[in-house]
Amino acid sequence: MSVKVLLPNAFQKHTNGAREIESKAANLPQLIEEIEVSFPALKQHLRDSDGQVRRFINFYVNDEDIRFLGNEKYSFKDGDEVLVIPSIAGGSESGIPARFVLCCCSYCGQEDCLCDN
Amino acid sequence: MHLPLSFIEGDMAVFYELRCRDCGKRFPNEPLSSCDECFSPLEVVYDMDAAKRTFTREAIAAGPPSMWRYQSLLPVPQDYQAPTPAGFTPLLDAPRLAKRIGAKNLFLKNDAVCLPTLSFKDRVVSVALANAKVFGFDTVGCSSTGNLATAVAAQAARMGFKTYILVPADLEPAKILNTQVYGATLVRVDGNYDHVNRLSSQIAERFNWGFVNVNLRPYYAEGSKTVGYEIAEQLGWKLPDNVVVPMAGGSLITKIRKAFNELIELGLVAEKQVRFFGAQATGCSPISTAVKAGTDLIEPQRPNTIARSLAIGNPADGPYAARAIQQSGGWAEDVSDVEIVSAIQELAETEGVFTETAGGVTTAVTARLYAHGRISPDDLTVACITGNGLKTTDALAGKYDVERAIRPRMADFEEFVAQHEVHGVAIEELAAVGAQNVR
Repeated sequence: MSVKVLLPNAFQKHTNGAREIESKAANLPQLIEEIEVSFPALKQHLRDSDGQVRRFINFYVNDEDIRFLGNEKYSFKDGDEVLVIPSIAGGSESGIPARFVLCCCSYCGQEDCLCDN
Repeated sequence: MHLPLSFIEGDMAVFYELRCRDCGKRFPNEPLSSCDECFSPLEVVYDMDAAKRTFTREAIAAGPPSMWRYQSLLPVPQDYQAPTPAGFTPLLDAPRLAKRIGAKNLFLKNDAVCLPTLSFKDRVVSVALANAKVFGFDTVGCSSTGNLATAVAAQAARMGFKTYILVPADLEPAKILNTQVYGATLVRVDGNYDHVNRLSSQIAERFNWGFVNVNLRPYYAEGSKTVGYEIAEQLGWKLPDNVVVPMAGGSLITKIRKAFNELIELGLVAEKQVRFFGAQATGCSPISTAVKAGTDLIEPQRPNTIARSLAIGNPADGPYAARAIQQSGGWAEDVSDVEIVSAIQELAETEGVFTETAGGVTTAVTARLYAHGRISPDDLTVACITGNGLKTTDALAGKYDVERAIRPRMADFEEFVAQHEVHGVAIEELAAVGAQNVR
């Protein structure tokens, strides 16, 4: 049993340019683990500081949002095509003007980040 | 982390750039919507010190009667000459509607007459296509529930772009025609808007095209701020107490808030906590559901409503919209399709504004917010009407009888008037009863 996984351009910097992988994962949690093993550089970017997969990353199975299919409980079927796409959002985070948002950096975890990411 | 934003692109100083909303990573201006480090959305940020010199009441008043009077806080080059005047729509007081729903100080921001294509999407498209020119695209596109399709098609035609537009296959026929007439290539997709949007994301990665609500999204979304600037300027440079905003993807409400905050920061208006109220159709209400549950976690829904321009089941800006509402002390409501149609009629009958289904949502939700005491009658409240009713006339199918024709004789006319007056009085009485129930 294998599924085809299409990765977004945004991932390629961390996947040595790979855009597509074959996976034998049975479900979404297994797939994410497999992606993290295959591309260790991607791991720290995929999850937030609590270890959760970032909320702006969406997974689709054969055109359907996986959340409509049972999300983590959905069992992949042979030949499924899994699409990974970051949400496209353009709103403003808060009432604070963007310029003065204190940067909560993913790397150092400091509110007023000094990393030059 | 406060860094100067002014840098040179070509020969021109640019006073804006992209920044990741979560990790803060900075990006030069490019067609990009997600951070490559944490995959969060990107936001345009400005050099506000530069804006203090250019974004003044006097400079704005001397500007054109369009949204481009606010150009120095829009992400376009300083010398950009917009080919199409969009925005600067009327802010109408609405005393007759107010009386009907128990309000005393109600205004309508009427983007039903936004030019060139009669919806607020003209604003966002103006900014997006300006950037499509800057980035050198020859083809532009979008995924759309209708209004955006028309706005992109019209402005792209005038700017000489080739255009591909993706829409759900069941879109209202008028909106399809209104897009095709501009020569755009229309792609009908079997699926809802969320399916269309997902496909657009893939296309934008594969083809070197400017998709206004995908890879041009950070710039596009900034156009919505002009609704907020205009409300403040048209109120005499002050902020309202409340704003009621329809929500599809959830971006507009957050951008009006951003606009108000920029005006406060620049000293153009007095500081004030404006409360934001979101409006959705019950048949597609992921954001209002989250607000009512006190969370910003958005559970996607499968849309089922006549308000197709709001039918986004997985709203990308939903978390931000929910947070903006909650932080402001506002609320969100959703209304049934029956209420939407009644509200379209009520707005037209009371204020002479014919809005599409999304405006029906806003109007019906506004009425409910007053009825439930969420908004005080004396508060200065602005309801945002975002599209024109001529686009969704099928929503009113069967609502009006075609009167029998009369002969060209005065006697026939007098008989007609006599019958109509009796009928008219009866309707008025019914409306009065209904109004009491609403209160």
